[in-house]
Amino acid sequence: MVLLIQYTIIFAVVLTVVALAGMWSERSGVINIGLEGTMVMGALAGAIAMRYLPLTIPGGLYVIIVMLIAIVAGILYSLLLALAAVTFKANQTITGTAMNILATALSIVIVKAITLNDDGKASVKLEFIEARKFFVVQLGGFEFNWFMLVMVIILIVSMIVLYRTKFGLNLMSCGENPQAADSNGINVKKMRYIGVMISGALAGIGGLAFIMGANSSWQFDAGVNGFGFLALAVMILGQWKPFLIFLGAILFGLLRALSLSYTSFGWMALDSTFYLVLPYVVCLIVLCITSKKSKAPKAEGIPYDKGLR
Amino acid sequence: MNNISIFFSKIGHSIKHFFKYLFKAQNENNPSYAKKFIRNNGVQSVITSLICILVGLLVGYITLLIINPEGAASGFQTILLNFLTFNRGELELKYFAKTLVNTTPLLCCALSVLFAYKAGLFNIGASGQYLVASCITLLCSLVLHLPWYVCTILAIIGGAIMGSLVGLLKAYFNVNEVISSIMLNWIALYVVNLIIKKSPAWNDSVNETFNIAENASSSLLPTLGLNNATGFAYFGIGLFVAIFFAVVVIIVLRRTVFGYELMATGFNRNGAKYAGINEKRSIILSMAISGALAGLGAPLFYLSGMGIYTCPSVVPQMGFDGISAAFLGGLNPIGAIFSSYFLQHIMSAGAKLNTDMYCSQTADLIVGVIIYLCAFAGGLRIFVNKLSNGEIKFHFKKKKNRPQMLKEDK
Repeated sequence: MVLLIQYTIIFAVVLTVVALAGMWSERSGVINIGLEGTMVMGALAGAIAMRYLPLTIPGGLYVIIVMLIAIVAGILYSLLLALAAVTFKANQTITGTAMNILATALSIVIVKAITLNDDGKASVKLEFIEARKFFVVQLGGFEFNWFMLVMVIILIVSMIVLYRTKFGLNLMSCGENPQAADSNGINVKKMRYIGVMISGALAGIGGLAFIMGANSSWQFDAGVNGFGFLALAVMILGQWKPFLIFLGAILFGLLRALSLSYTSFGWMALDSTFYLVLPYVVCLIVLCITSKKSKAPKAEGIPYDKGLR
Repeated sequence: MNNISIFFSKIGHSIKHFFKYLFKAQNENNPSYAKKFIRNNGVQSVITSLICILVGLLVGYITLLIINPEGAASGFQTILLNFLTFNRGELELKYFAKTLVNTTPLLCCALSVLFAYKAGLFNIGASGQYLVASCITLLCSLVLHLPWYVCTILAIIGGAIMGSLVGLLKAYFNVNEVISSIMLNWIALYVVNLIIKKSPAWNDSVNETFNIAENASSSLLPTLGLNNATGFAYFGIGLFVAIFFAVVVIIVLRRTVFGYELMATGFNRNGAKYAGINEKRSIILSMAISGALAGLGAPLFYLSGMGIYTCPSVVPQMGFDGISAAFLGGLNPIGAIFSSYFLQHIMSAGAKLNTDMYCSQTADLIVGVIIYLCAFAGGLRIFVNKLSNGEIKFHFKKKKNRPQMLKEDK
């Protein structure tokens, strides 16, 4: 039971953060299919930082530095999307897909180059056994990690900034009706750049949270196991609203955690495939119910063109 | 001596005239042949794709340089030339045939993505459709020993059902096809792995399926002697079937009312409905055909005898590479034939890189950069178009005769 709760929280944290990442981008009017790739890059940057940062740095500082590096990597990688989708008005779905393909290849090339250079043998695995100890606090049988706190902060800040500040409302207007926003003196391109960059930052830290959640090493040939896509589904499930996203993330975290811990419940001993498929099937069913009256930002996916009305 | 120099000057003269003829505009409304050539849509697509490839290769070369400067030149040569470095005719032919067999499923997935895109849908689920078709192919051949055409038809139906599921969700529940096909990819992966592992096709001792060439030779694709001609035992008619379907796709999209309806629905769903097209049926059919094309790849690959299924833990790259191939080919079925060959050529060359210095994924990195640039293709094409129309001019010299109005005003 503890295991189930543990995994549920770990997955819910990742899904919330990454789904909020998707929300920020889509609220500004840019579809971010590249979340998966951005997560990989954030995770990669964090893992590399943990490989080279000396463990003599005090724990709190260490955690902050690694998280910041993941955030910066996420922002830089998401600029690829902003550049293509906002400046060059490219197709956002294809750009995002390209970013996912690119991220997997790039991460493997980098990890193999590093391991080959350091150990003389190429491997796709990076370890962070010692560094991970800074990130977790044991409370009884329960393992608490700092990402849970970060998630709560991100959630609250997102809710306040999006609904209660001028900046957030401006950003939302760019996703709903960019022409009207522009006529009110809002710089649509700038807003969309900011939206995508916030998205990149959150996805970066979400990727790091994912690989560190339950493991002390990560094989980068698996990417992030499709969590970026699952987060997109959570975002749609949450109808692009922060708190609903949080609730959706808990549901999906629970379903996903079942596939890892169902063996501890005797009466649930079905084939593992059932539990692996479950989140995706539930997701599809929920999408069927919610998509009819979807509250998607109206201008998402459409490059901003001043000449259009 | 004199004669020769006259001869050469005459040749020079005629070449000069030829180029003048090419580049000189006939009159105001009729631009020169060279300009007409470069303004052609197809030519511009090819130029755009070539630019993408060149930049992708450049990034690949820089990556090699960063990782290990010493072997970069030879590594780059390996990626670019692949089997052409073998220096033995028959060996090169054999590996060419092998690359062609590997190209076949990629081409089918590219056609699948392309067809859906023309109908206004983004089929990111080609992987899942391919997986289901693979499962059906393996069961039909290894367990039921059905002839190849039956396997192929059943596999196509399987892919079509997977595809139409996405279409159904889109048409009746308004579910975004990108999200639903991604979900179906993962569902397909887990379910197919389960079925294959529980079926007699699974060889537990080596953790992969049985070899089709040895255990189900009655299901293999006919080779028509092509295997002996190329020296590669598994080279059959698969590629030609795929090319045949590429031509069919062109004809359906450009020359039939049915294809026009699908494209019209993709262009404007409500407009199509207004024009009397059953838009729900169009969406479902578009996805079903797209799924069928992706599914076609599986039997053409596995029944060549080469394919072995190993139950991967993540969704296979095939469908995503299909997206790359479709866009690199300028969303044209004929272009897709060349682009999918090119991508396969590069990717299989990655495995031939010197593993002491580089990893095979460097080739995938190049492919990734190319597809990223292809997303720009729209903008890039506008640029090429403007360039050919003379709307963008490069100024290499400083302007000397700038009108100096201000001075005179003073």
